[in-house]
Amino acid sequence: MRLLQIELYKLWHSRISKVLIFGYFLLIFSIAILSTIKVELGPINFHLAEQGIFNFPYIWHFNTFVIALLKVFFAIIIVAMIGNEYSNKTLKQNLIDGLSKAEFLRTKVYAILAFVVISTLFVFIISLILGGIYSDYNELQIIFMDLEYLLAYAVKLFGFFTFCLFLSILIKRSAFALGFLALWQVTEGIVFGLMKWKLSDLIPQISAEQVFQFFPLNAMGNLIKEPFTRLSAIQNLADQMGEAFTKDYSVSFFNIAIVIVWSALFIRGSYFLLKRRDL
Amino acid sequence: MSNTLLELNELTKKYGGLTAVNKLSLSLTKGKVYGLLGPNGSGKSTTLGMVLNVINPTSGTFQWYDGSLTTHEALKKIGAIIERPNFYPYMTALQNLTLICKIKQCSTDTIEELLKLVNLWDRKKSKFRTFSLGMKQRLAIAAALVNQPDLLILDEPTNGLDPEGIHQIRELILTIAQQGTTILLASHLLDEVEKVCTNVIVLKNGVKYYEGEVEGLSQSFGYFEIATENNEQLLNFLEAHPAIGEISKENKYYKVNLTQDVSTAVFSKELQKKGILLTHFSKKQPSLESQFLSLTQTKEHATPTN
Repeated sequence: MRLLQIELYKLWHSRISKVLIFGYFLLIFSIAILSTIKVELGPINFHLAEQGIFNFPYIWHFNTFVIALLKVFFAIIIVAMIGNEYSNKTLKQNLIDGLSKAEFLRTKVYAILAFVVISTLFVFIISLILGGIYSDYNELQIIFMDLEYLLAYAVKLFGFFTFCLFLSILIKRSAFALGFLALWQVTEGIVFGLMKWKLSDLIPQISAEQVFQFFPLNAMGNLIKEPFTRLSAIQNLADQMGEAFTKDYSVSFFNIAIVIVWSALFIRGSYFLLKRRDL
Repeated sequence: MSNTLLELNELTKKYGGLTAVNKLSLSLTKGKVYGLLGPNGSGKSTTLGMVLNVINPTSGTFQWYDGSLTTHEALKKIGAIIERPNFYPYMTALQNLTLICKIKQCSTDTIEELLKLVNLWDRKKSKFRTFSLGMKQRLAIAAALVNQPDLLILDEPTNGLDPEGIHQIRELILTIAQQGTTILLASHLLDEVEKVCTNVIVLKNGVKYYEGEVEGLSQSFGYFEIATENNEQLLNFLEAHPAIGEISKENKYYKVNLTQDVSTAVFSKELQKKGILLTHFSKKQPSLESQFLSLTQTKEHATPTN
């Protein structure tokens, strides 16, 4: 608790991180604005909220997926905070003042955890409210179906933030760490493409997808699959065109395990870097 | 409880092929004021970095409080300033010190008194990034004292300051030393150390050359500065005298090194008997600077392996 307080004190007194955190939660709220989108063009009468995106239990899937896109806001805060600890040499001063390296890392991890918990609660409450207003089904059983999307959401955020933590400790400069993150995303895609092209020739027993699911960013992405093709409106459209999506949208616990293992590795790796380096 | 605050045992740090600190052993006792002397690059900061948990030793050990506390627990009871003041630029003086109190788990009651002591109370609500270097350095001193430390470590505290800033910091250190705080002052500025320290540790190229009291640094009995009107007569007398060592001429005076303890009264009487009339006569102790130079230079010849 003391360690969390220390980190929150640092965050709270920085104007930039305050603005970003407020901005983040405001944006989550703004998903409610989506519900007010109405298009009336002669015969076409489109009201987004009535397309079923806020129906229970689909809303858990939809909201967790869309709101998870905002995670990049907090990622910037993490990367900037660590970068500043290095460039202002306050990391060094914290250690001299009697924080151990493990404790320093724990302040960061606790702050991430606190943020993930608050963000997940936010998503839960907002979905509950929006669903309460717009959902066609209001039986308790249906409302609390598919809550594993919230778990997937929390794990996804935690995995992503610990990855950012690791990168920023590795690279020490915030701009480069963010650049590296983008580069990593692209690299995963390229490696996947190469594997799809060549891997089956080399090792026929393994498919590229089997390997790809273990890549950190892809594993995080796989936690919550895109919800759009699951919408009945789009399903109907596809049916008419003679195509059917047969996709598994559920949350895979194997996937959750992969991301948790990655998070653990990122935290261990961060500690290893901190421990080994001279400051 | 023992009075040993810190003990180093053959502590060594190598950077690639360079040995920054070489098998350094020493111990610090409560209540003394230590000077850690050595030219730039002699391993002072590396040594401090190791005991302050920011540099990993290559080999050797150190322990705080006889090993009864882990390093980071011990550091909560220590105050240290290394090279430059490091604070959060976006926080005010007050916020920065409050954060340090959270880390050190100490009371925030001392903050007001300390900010007044270092003349920053009027600026307590200014952000750190608006401070001048002198103000930053003074804030660092306040920060190092916020937990009423058992030991205050200062590494080159006057580096980069203007004469007024240097004066202010020195006055502060003297005040703190007089209050009985144990201090370890690392510096290459010898007069800085000479003014406040009771004990010195001399480092060069990572090797310890001397550890002990300031007075014991050289075995010197001091020297006379003499001027007469009849130099020939004086030199004849001096060369015959059993207590006289090396004689050199500096400006208008002869600098006469002593090999035994000779009082001014006795020596001037002897000169008078010989009928030598003095125009200038005084007894002096060599400065820390010249003692330091002679120590590090003679050792260099004595131990060429280093």
